[in-house]
Amino acid sequence: MLRDITLGQYYPANSVLHKLDPRVKLAGTMVFIVSLFAFRSAEAYIGATLFLAAVIRISKVPLKFMLKGLKSIIFLMMLTVVFNLFLTRGTVVFRLGFLAVTEEGIETAVFMAIRLVYLIIGSSVMTLTTTPNDLTDGLEKAMRPLGKVRVPVHEIAMMMSIALRFIPILLEETDKIMKAQMARGADFESGGLIQKAKNMIPLLVPLFISAFRRANDLAMAMEARGYHGGEGRTKMKPLVYRGRDKIAYLLLLLYLVLMFLVNRIGFFAGLI
Amino acid sequence: MAIRIEHLNYIYGAGTAFEKHALRDINLDLPDGQFIGMIGHTGSGKSTLIQHLNGLLKGTSGAVYYNDKNIYEEGFEMKRLRSRVGLVFQYPEHQLFEADVFTDVCFGPKNLGLSKEETESRAYEALRLVGLKEKYYKVSPFELSGGQKRRVAIAGILAMNPEVLVLDEPTAGLDPKGRDDILDQVAKLHEEKKITVILVSHSMEDVARYVERIIVMNKGQVMFDDAPRKVFQHYKELEAIGLAAPQVTYLMHGLQERGWKVPADATTVEEAAGAIIEYLQKS
Amino acid sequence: MGIIKARHVAFDYLRMDEEGQVESRSRAVDDVDLDVEAGDFVAILGHNGSGKSTLAKHINAILLPTEGTVFVDGKDTQDESKLWEIRQSAGMVFQNPDNQIIGTIVDEDVGFGPENMGVPQDEIWQRVEESLKAVGMWEYRSHSPNKLSGGQKQRVAIAGVVAMRPKCIVLDEPTAMLDPNGRQEVIRTVRELNRREHVTVLLITHYMEEVIHADKVIVMDQGKIVMQGTPREVFSHVGELKRFRLDVPQATLVAYELQKAGIALPDGILSNEELIGALEAYRKKRQNK
Repeated sequence: MLRDITLGQYYPANSVLHKLDPRVKLAGTMVFIVSLFAFRSAEAYIGATLFLAAVIRISKVPLKFMLKGLKSIIFLMMLTVVFNLFLTRGTVVFRLGFLAVTEEGIETAVFMAIRLVYLIIGSSVMTLTTTPNDLTDGLEKAMRPLGKVRVPVHEIAMMMSIALRFIPILLEETDKIMKAQMARGADFESGGLIQKAKNMIPLLVPLFISAFRRANDLAMAMEARGYHGGEGRTKMKPLVYRGRDKIAYLLLLLYLVLMFLVNRIGFFAGLI
Repeated sequence: MAIRIEHLNYIYGAGTAFEKHALRDINLDLPDGQFIGMIGHTGSGKSTLIQHLNGLLKGTSGAVYYNDKNIYEEGFEMKRLRSRVGLVFQYPEHQLFEADVFTDVCFGPKNLGLSKEETESRAYEALRLVGLKEKYYKVSPFELSGGQKRRVAIAGILAMNPEVLVLDEPTAGLDPKGRDDILDQVAKLHEEKKITVILVSHSMEDVARYVERIIVMNKGQVMFDDAPRKVFQHYKELEAIGLAAPQVTYLMHGLQERGWKVPADATTVEEAAGAIIEYLQKS
Repeated sequence: MGIIKARHVAFDYLRMDEEGQVESRSRAVDDVDLDVEAGDFVAILGHNGSGKSTLAKHINAILLPTEGTVFVDGKDTQDESKLWEIRQSAGMVFQNPDNQIIGTIVDEDVGFGPENMGVPQDEIWQRVEESLKAVGMWEYRSHSPNKLSGGQKQRVAIAGVVAMRPKCIVLDEPTAMLDPNGRQEVIRTVRELNRREHVTVLLITHYMEEVIHADKVIVMDQGKIVMQGTPREVFSHVGELKRFRLDVPQATLVAYELQKAGIALPDGILSNEELIGALEAYRKKRQNK
């Protein structure tokens, strides 16, 4: 189960998308998410679908991989769908006891589900094609103006990148400790909510201790390798915009404009 | 109280890009009271195999019998099995979580639903068996040395009164002193309680000293399963899969090649020295 | 002058109570003198708690001595203005491979040290390539460290230190968490570095087979240096080593048992080949009588 989380996992492949500047990909993800929520016509969804399909194709990451990320939000998705389905007022289609399912409800539920799925897949495309380090580099550079108002931009970026590196390690460790406690008869499944929370102690305490030990070791290793903050640091892979990045920005702009038009005046008219 | 494994297969992540056939057609009989060594390099399937012994992993096909009962059959009490087959993971000290040593060891028996008295008497017994001094019982486990922590963790399993004790590399990361202490303690335990012990290890030298039977794992299969001296005769095959016989095995073979009439199946320093002395006295 | 020079080094671990007052102190390193010549391969042996790791952390100023002085490449580790120079001249590799890799891609991790030093970009790449090739991990440069074996991770960690172009590398039990294959990989890599690049190596370990090729072996017990010399000299004292609860190669042990039984063999036998040679010589001598 823990292995299913693809968010924050990098999938190495040799595609244009992998080579793009992380800032472009950040901007692209933003644009895509905005387009999902700003343009709500059926035509606009067709446009977003085409865009997403094209991007996935270009990324060379197997579709299976992208879909795996969805598993972790199935519950959230069901919840949204159910809420929208039953709590939207409008023309009643049928009734389930005191609950009424409306035409509008079905419509919002379906679009909400699509939006959520696209949102997750869209951000997965970014994390799967961008190394966590690139990603944090991109964020660091995009946030640089904040440094002027004393936001510790470099430190935040460094923390994020370390967190990303240790997520898989800690997940694996969770799995191991869980099994070790199960071998001692621990039960992580049965009982009520409070009992369940109590049962987590034998898992959480060792996990925290391990995380602290690792943090301590890592701090020492970083110091030993001369880390002393962002000052005077050079970059091995500095971010420089290339031709392809500029083209990508143009394409993003084009996408936005097209989506705006499609949403406004219908799919085919928009394209023409 | 024996374990029998029949045609056991285990496939990781079936149907995904990471699919891996971790165990292939394993057939093993693990009768009572044996001291068994299980050897194989990282990724040979040995850690996967032992997790099947107490039902933490379920085989993709095949069966595991505990006392002639198929553990995969419906209605089988998995929780009881876990107390009968005690599994000590690698770096077991990482599972310690209670405020003091004694309470931590009580965790297992408490989960079995035993009374307070029974739980505590088992914890005492387990801590005695691993040879931890009583002055440490009320100390936080995190203040102990690496070797001591590990003994507490092993006691945590022993307190469940297992009939089979499986230890996955119990000496990893310990220094020679810590290693000898733990292995001696395990050997004593085997003597005293007559329980089956399965010792998973990388080190032939360690295993050769203690066990009566060695199971060599390679690529998810059982490659050899025999008495140590017999297994080490295959030292060339062992080397080919990244393992090695104890150093003295090579010494005896080297001497034989030079015409010394010494037995080639010595597995410990004492045996080797004894054989050489005997040969020199005779010639 | 030697590259590492320690005089009368002592170190106390302090235990604080809740108010931050010193509750107790325990001496981990006690009056140690250490001299390491440039280009040497020095091994420090001792069981856990013998003070060997504490001593190692003094070499690149992670710890500062409570008493005495440590000079690294002529620089006093107490001199705060020299701190980063010292950390650059004495690199350090730690025990747990997972907890010392910072980068999420192999090459990014190796570049981390040079980045901190402010090395220009082109040169970082050059250094990353050289270092990864030196440890035989170049073909893994775009892999995630999480997918590597323990031995490979340690080699990446070593490359990360090599990329800083240190004069000396201190390895603090780099093989303790590895399987036999990984252990061999790491030791082979370290020996190559020492032989080819003439990097001074200080290897801290409790595995005997890793020290038999060292120029010098130092044995520590209870914070003090209790034995030192060439491997042959140190391994001649089997009885003493056993008293310090240290392992001895099996060939040395067999030779020791034979000596006890009155068979005249030379001291300090380290390998099977040497023992076989010595036994053959013994047999010939006896036949000639």
